[in-house]
Amino acid sequence: MACLQTKQLSHGTEWWNLSGVEMFRKRPPPEEERKVRANGREYNEKFQYASNCIVTSKYNVITFLPVNLFEQFQEVANTYFLFLLILQLIPQISSLSWFTTIVPLVLVLSITAVKDATDDYFRHKSDNQVNNRQSQVLISGSLQKEKWMNVRVGDIIKLENNQFVAADLLLLSSSEPHGLCYIETAELDGETNMKVRQSLSVTSELGDPHNLAQFDGEVVCEPPNNKLDRFCGTLYWKESKYPLSNQNMLLRGCVLRNTEYCYGLVIFAGPDTKLMQNSGRTKFKRTSIDRLMNTLVLWIFGFLVCMGVILAVGNAVWEREVGTLFQSFLPWDPPVNGFLLSAFLSFWSYVIILNTVVPISLYVSVEVIRLGHSYFINWDRRMFCSRSNTPAEARTTTLNEELGQVEYIFSDKTGTLTQNIMTFNKCSINGRAYGDVDPVGAQGKRPQPLDFSVWNPLADGGLCFYDASLLEAVKTGEPAAHEFLRLLSLCHTVMSEEKREGALVYKAQCVCVCVCVCVCVVCVCVFSLSLSVGALVYKAQSPDEGALVTAARNFGFVFRSRTPGTITVHEMGRPVTYTLLAILDFNNIRKRMSVIVRNPEGRIRLYCKGADTVLFERLHPCNHELMNITSDHLNEYASDGLRTLALAYRDLTEEEWEEWSERYRGAGKATDCREDRLAAVYEQIEQDMMLLGATAIEDKLQEGVPETIAILSLANIKIWVLTGDKQETAVNIGYSCKMLTDNMTEIFIINGHTVQSVREELRRARERMVAHSREGGKGDEAAGWAQACSLGNGVRGGDQAGWPLPQEKEKQESGGRVPSLLESISGEFALVISGHSLAHALEGDMEYEFVETACACRAVICCRVTPLQKALVVELIKRHKKAVTLAIGDGANDVSMIKTAHIGVGISGQEGIQAVLASDYSFSQFRFLQRLLLVHGRWSYLRMCRFLCYFFYKNFAFTMVHFWFGFFCGFSAQTVYDQYFITLYNIVYTSLPVLAMGIFDQDVPEQRSLEYPKLYEPGQLNLLFNKREFFICIAQGIYTSVVLFFVPYGTLAHATQSTGEPLADYQTFAVTTATALVIVVSVQIALDTGYWTAINHFFVWGSLGSYFTILFIMHSSFLFSIFPKQFHFLGSAQNTLEQPVVWLTIALATVICIAPVLTFRFLKLDLKPQLSDTVRYTQLVHQKKRKPGISGGMGISGVGLGAGALGRLGRSASRRSGYAFAHQEGFGELITSGKNMRLSSLALATFASRHSSSWIDTLRKKKHANSANASINSANASVNSANASVNSANASVNSVSAIANGQPQTPPAPALSNSSSLSGSQDTPPEEVGLSHAQQAVAQQAVARDGVHSGTASHSNGCTLVTRPEAETGGCSLGAVQEALFGWRGVGARVSGASSPGPPPILEESSPTE
Amino acid sequence: MMASSYNAKEEDGHHPGASGPGGAAANSKKPDNTAFKQQRLPAWQPILTAGTVLPAFFVIGLIFIPIGIGLYVTSNNIKEFEIDYTGIDMSSPCFNCSQNFSWNSTTPCKCSLPFSLDQPFESNVFMYYGLSNFYQNHRRYVKSRDDSQLNGDSFSLKSPSKECEPYRESSDKKPIAPCGAIANSMFNDTLVLYYIDPNGTRTEIPLVDKGIAWWTDKHVKFRNPGGSNANLTASFQGTSKPVNWNKPVYELSTDPENNGFINEDFIVWMRTAALPTFRKLYRIIQRKNSMTPTLPQGDYTLEVTYNYPVRSFEGRKRMILSTISWMGGKNPFLGIAYITVGSVCFFLGVVLLIIHHKHGNRSSADIPN
Repeated sequence: MACLQTKQLSHGTEWWNLSGVEMFRKRPPPEEERKVRANGREYNEKFQYASNCIVTSKYNVITFLPVNLFEQFQEVANTYFLFLLILQLIPQISSLSWFTTIVPLVLVLSITAVKDATDDYFRHKSDNQVNNRQSQVLISGSLQKEKWMNVRVGDIIKLENNQFVAADLLLLSSSEPHGLCYIETAELDGETNMKVRQSLSVTSELGDPHNLAQFDGEVVCEPPNNKLDRFCGTLYWKESKYPLSNQNMLLRGCVLRNTEYCYGLVIFAGPDTKLMQNSGRTKFKRTSIDRLMNTLVLWIFGFLVCMGVILAVGNAVWEREVGTLFQSFLPWDPPVNGFLLSAFLSFWSYVIILNTVVPISLYVSVEVIRLGHSYFINWDRRMFCSRSNTPAEARTTTLNEELGQVEYIFSDKTGTLTQNIMTFNKCSINGRAYGDVDPVGAQGKRPQPLDFSVWNPLADGGLCFYDASLLEAVKTGEPAAHEFLRLLSLCHTVMSEEKREGALVYKAQCVCVCVCVCVCVVCVCVFSLSLSVGALVYKAQSPDEGALVTAARNFGFVFRSRTPGTITVHEMGRPVTYTLLAILDFNNIRKRMSVIVRNPEGRIRLYCKGADTVLFERLHPCNHELMNITSDHLNEYASDGLRTLALAYRDLTEEEWEEWSERYRGAGKATDCREDRLAAVYEQIEQDMMLLGATAIEDKLQEGVPETIAILSLANIKIWVLTGDKQETAVNIGYSCKMLTDNMTEIFIINGHTVQSVREELRRARERMVAHSREGGKGDEAAGWAQACSLGNGVRGGDQAGWPLPQEKEKQESGGRVPSLLESISGEFALVISGHSLAHALEGDMEYEFVETACACRAVICCRVTPLQKALVVELIKRHKKAVTLAIGDGANDVSMIKTAHIGVGISGQEGIQAVLASDYSFSQFRFLQRLLLVHGRWSYLRMCRFLCYFFYKNFAFTMVHFWFGFFCGFSAQTVYDQYFITLYNIVYTSLPVLAMGIFDQDVPEQRSLEYPKLYEPGQLNLLFNKREFFICIAQGIYTSVVLFFVPYGTLAHATQSTGEPLADYQTFAVTTATALVIVVSVQIALDTGYWTAINHFFVWGSLGSYFTILFIMHSSFLFSIFPKQFHFLGSAQNTLEQPVVWLTIALATVICIAPVLTFRFLKLDLKPQLSDTVRYTQLVHQKKRKPGISGGMGISGVGLGAGALGRLGRSASRRSGYAFAHQEGFGELITSGKNMRLSSLALATFASRHSSSWIDTLRKKKHANSANASINSANASVNSANASVNSANASVNSVSAIANGQPQTPPAPALSNSSSLSGSQDTPPEEVGLSHAQQAVAQQAVARDGVHSGTASHSNGCTLVTRPEAETGGCSLGAVQEALFGWRGVGARVSGASSPGPPPILEESSPTE
Repeated sequence: MMASSYNAKEEDGHHPGASGPGGAAANSKKPDNTAFKQQRLPAWQPILTAGTVLPAFFVIGLIFIPIGIGLYVTSNNIKEFEIDYTGIDMSSPCFNCSQNFSWNSTTPCKCSLPFSLDQPFESNVFMYYGLSNFYQNHRRYVKSRDDSQLNGDSFSLKSPSKECEPYRESSDKKPIAPCGAIANSMFNDTLVLYYIDPNGTRTEIPLVDKGIAWWTDKHVKFRNPGGSNANLTASFQGTSKPVNWNKPVYELSTDPENNGFINEDFIVWMRTAALPTFRKLYRIIQRKNSMTPTLPQGDYTLEVTYNYPVRSFEGRKRMILSTISWMGGKNPFLGIAYITVGSVCFFLGVVLLIIHHKHGNRSSADIPN
């Protein structure tokens, strides 16, 4: 690439020792200050600023080989093998031919090189593409097309709407008034909202190219850095100085929006741009298996050295005792003059031949397997979101098995758990509740959402409201309802956009609002979309507000437009224009907002909406009764997890208004304490209001969030929600996604502002937990723990002096005790901690206390946390719990957390791509997490573990034979096998079957791992591959090697061929051992493979086939005649393998090797079966039992009835007040000042065409989604009920287990779980089957847990109790018994349902296993 | 690994969420619904259950035990006779020969060992010499040969491989043919067998020295230089005999088909043994007719021309006579091993069956949680 060379020439950097990205970053003199003169290329030339050419590629054609090889040999493993290779070139040492090492090494190097080359090729391509983009540069007074890479610092370039900013520019002028322009910064910080940039007024006047060409201002500014939100510089022009800030900058990566064109001066180009400065090396994450593997490889290396030493000592002894005497036959090699030197050389010789215990192919194979797993993640249709057309993506291919070990999940809230879509759900008007319709009706029929468009052409399709009575009330003209809706349509700060007849004039993007002085930028979200003819689009600052205005719109009070002084509303089809007198804006302290309007009749009225607690205090006393009723409603809404607002109005007389407005103006003009004064003034008028009612807004959860959370927590994964949101919102969401439930023993809220108070609160929380445990009957332990707790706490008897650190350390060192006590706490607790308390809790000495407390809770919610705190919390758990953490988020504020956690998951398609870019995995729905972890992660972990076990086994079995042979060949480092066998063993004969197993193996089918989340536990506990397992593998390998050596030794030592020639010659022995080895190892992989696909068959048989084929080719006379020295095993294969004794030997060795393995495995399965084994076995039984005749769908019919009633369970006592208002204040001021009114929609029209097409698409999609949504809703409801019942079951289980163990207990909850799961599965659309499974699993788990708690005795007991009716009905016997045992009628129903032609989605679910 | 998080493609603004215009189906990124990609490949999922494992053990037991018995019986029916003629003991006839050893002694030392066979040896009898404590499998020993030279390559004949050091060139700088330590240490005792009639007459038993090497070795691997040229002396012109040999390689036998590199004694020796105690086929005693045993019961004398020194490294030399069956020579290990393994498997099967019945919780296959 042209620019690469120029850069290298111009900078003369030592590119060869700088890898990749940094190549262009290092330049000899670090820049201290940047001076740029506009239109002064010659002047700027002398500073040698980087050009706008971007190079992310690492190599070019010439440098590829040396640089890549250099990089590869930085890997320890590769260097080690290079070292071995060099050793082999010394003839006295060489025990193997050089090619046995070089072939695998070259193979490994070339695979890596090919991968690197492909990566780099794509980087080249994308670089080229970017560098060759066109931009318009002002060169010598005229605009010329120029490639991006030719843009220089100091050039003035013209940007047009929707173009990418080519470099970091100083905005000079734009098409908009005041030199404003709008940009979207999604690529930079992930925020999709638009931001506004403004040029200096002096430059904005320049306007056209002619003037700009004359512009010769000089900018002096800071050197390139990576701070996105800061810029500091000065413009010198015409003898004056103008300060420059970030507000004047357009950064590369942004997109120009809603601005026809603008001109900018290039300040930083190419690698100096903030975008590139920010794209540092991503931190390379390693999995725990990786670390374990590295440790083990080191151990193996140590083992290798030990073996070498033993054999070298043996060699010394042998050479002294025998070798010296044997010299007449075999003199020592010339340099060797004694046994010691011989031993020394023999050590190295043995290092060479035993090096195969550290196989070079290990790392490559692991990478290949991980890559395969990543592809499976990418390919998973069930992690594909059709709405956003986003498949899941494994962005890192090195972490897959870690997904199977996650213990802590840190989740963002907005956009991750929730959709950040608010919907108007319920309301209470004048004491009457609307919208409270049972989603699953009494007849089991779901009511249709109201169709507003029939009577209201301006209605919005997005609202799903089920209760027709409100509509009736509106139609009949009930005044309270009208006033209620009028308030909703008037009291807000929403902006509207309306299409003009015939032309589509929508602004697709968000509107940005520029505030005059402080230029604060406010995001305005588009929340409401419409397909109706009216095509009216609202842009609300907070989604809650938008939801309310949309609701009013649908009920006939359509907010049409506003000017700074008026609001136009279509009331029941009649346009009414209100005069807007004042907006009493929202803020966090006031928790309310009001408008004062004058209606066409001239009446002045104040409309107020706000948090009920605040509003109720300011009501007129006559509202008392209504307030009580409304308050009840509010409680109900709040306990449903809805966000509530109370609405009120007040009539004002002209005098009142005049008087007040005077004061208002006075306060508004005040310069000091303006805020406080305003608040005081507002306070005066917001009094004696009349209550209208209350609204309830649902902060819509993403699909399947509660189920996912339930399943994940059943899989023993702890979920922490870290959100920047308010505590109320966070807690609300906690409830609605079932992290918090009313059944929880206690929810601790840590909200202290000082160290002491936080400490105190934490201590109290622990004491409460202990107290509760004590009540639960664990007095002794609890007392002990209480002591430990107070000890650990260190705040005793007023001793506030500080934290006794030594004690704390002691406690940590003594280890285990306190945590174990904490973990044994009974009851469910939750912890809610706010950001400011967290700041204290994260301080050095309280960390441990916090971790201990938090980890004892089932749910932890941290609200109002900063991005940095998110990362700190993750870091804390990483450090203290040694657990695998996963962070999931969607926004730029989650990036730090995503990068810190072991695994970072980005939710794509919501808030920009910053989180996705930083993440290791990305998908578009939170619920896919369960699949990622429980299916993919679990499998990955399982496969990787099995792979490693087998891999170490096969290499030990292979290599250790040399060790035993050493005792019989005078420790001379003679190999047992043919050198070609040694070369090919790892790369041909045994690599593919184990790779196939590592990629394709499954123990239980995917739907089972979702049904039984407990299957996930082995990964968390690291059971499948750890040091113990490793030693077992090694032992097995060594055992196999012993057998493989000594069985042929025993049989062949005295055996002869049937023609009389002895069989004990070296070549026959080599062939026999090698063949036995290949066969034993193949049988072993066959035994390890749990999932025999055609590919596995192909590889296993193919490997055996290739072994024999290659064997015969290598030993053929053809090859011998060409290279007699290399292929001197001529005829061995044929001579050996036609001997029956040889085959008898191989069979014997195989049986001796495999029988013990088989015995142990069988015993393990039979006596201590793992859950996965049992599931597998049950699956098998089911498959056998599944006959066409069984129709299991029968018993279901009646059960669905209970669901509705059950749905109410658990929404009992708790009283919360969530209120819906998330936006910033200051918006009202904007509206009244008219600054944000872009009345010149002409400018918009010019570029609207581009939007319109995509706009339509979005709308269309939305429509589809909505129809899908509708059907989902009811399913959701039933799921909720399922969860509720599960929770109660859990609670009862816990209490039971606390009281007594081993008492026979019949499971209490089968009926409950049945009802919910079945009602779900009856009518869920195909997309939602996973969901219904989820509920079933939840139910089953709850019940199953119960069974376990009550001890084995109850098994038989429960069995006899429950079995009989089932057996009598003549169902499938075994399966039925098992299911009945734990009340799993759900399983039975589903399994048998699958065999009947019933619901197709279910069929699809279980069919893969057939 | 060193990826930069910046990617120009992403700069293009490909929001994952934003789908292309219009034809959503065409642009859908939905992964293919293939069994492979969805990990739903049809698969056989074997499980170790009592139903499969226990029968396997029984079957192995039931197959192995009869095979073992068969092997054991066969092996027992094979007659084998072994005599050590190293001459360690003072009483041994070869003691003297073993004492005054030298590779270069021109006068051969002969000794006779009488022995008697208790049973007649039917059919062909194979005569082996056995060496103990002889490390033919030593790395330096094994590689000390030039297969190219042995294959008749004229270039290698004149300049043998470096591997042959120090037996590559003689002291007068002539290349050694055959070079290397293996050839140099070739076994050179001559064993002659006499049958002593009950009436005292000594009959020399005819020993066949052909057909004792692998066919591939004799016909492919080992070739004399100069191809089928009968004049071996000329072919080996300019080479030197191995240091320890008495006569050059082209004088190993008078039979032109068994001389030079294709001398079968030489070939047999060159096929190195895997273990330090080994036997090599020396001669075959062909059965004369079906009526009389090849070696009748009675007294024999083994006459040894004692050339090969083993006492220096505490080695032993043996002469073995053996008959052969379908499975080769006497090999009791295999039979015993088979019987043992078979029995153990069977026993294991029984034990596992009992364990399974008593403790196995498969019957109540529940899924614990």
